[in-house]
Amino acid sequence: MADATSGVTADLLRMKLIEQLQAQYVEIEDLSGGCGQAFQAVIVSPQFESKTMLARHRLVNSVLKTEIAAIHAWTPKCYTPEQWQKAQGSA
Amino acid sequence: MFSRKVFASALRPAWSTVPLRVTRPTPAPFQIPSALYARFLSSETRAAIDKAVASAPVVLFMKGTPETPQCGFSRASIQILGLQGVDPKKFVAFNVLEDPELRQGIKEYSDWPTIPQLYIDKEFVGGCDILMSMHQNGELAKLLEDKNVVVAADQ
Repeated sequence: MADATSGVTADLLRMKLIEQLQAQYVEIEDLSGGCGQAFQAVIVSPQFESKTMLARHRLVNSVLKTEIAAIHAWTPKCYTPEQWQKAQGSA
Repeated sequence: MFSRKVFASALRPAWSTVPLRVTRPTPAPFQIPSALYARFLSSETRAAIDKAVASAPVVLFMKGTPETPQCGFSRASIQILGLQGVDPKKFVAFNVLEDPELRQGIKEYSDWPTIPQLYIDKEFVGGCDILMSMHQNGELAKLLEDKNVVVAADQ
């Protein structure tokens, strides 16, 4: 169904997340081995505050609707700035 | 109409312990341009998915079957449900690879872009990532217990 390459890049995803979610930190890893079809992401945004996991993912998915439709695998991890700081501290 | 077959093939529960729920003959698959069904969810498709979602307390839309998952995320989801001790009698899996309408339709139905997708008591729970984090933080065990869908521990 999809082309050999999806046309989606880590940079494009990062840009959109920073722009539209005011993400303070975005880390995107391309797991596809070149075809651009699988990404894992760490997203830290104040907009995740007091939202459930499902709501956070939905928010991210709405921003990246077209991109996600073009790729096979999308694994976001959503943190609020506070949670992210804690996660970093314990690591 | 293209969706008359209402997922007869997909409605075959993938776990052999679960009795066959729908035995409608499957007409030859209909090929329609993907751009067409990507844009809207017909009422027939929606009704078929309504039925699928209600077919068991725990419903997973996945790629492949529980025995032979065709994607790592679907495999991980099945493994989590297994680890949690979900009762096979209360579980049905639908293989979206068997039905392009279901594969596209479920994404719109749930407003969720990826597969697998888990429903518990007709309510969308999430995809693989959410399942994984709920498994790790204990929320999933609690939810499954509350819904009374796990095999009793003393068996």
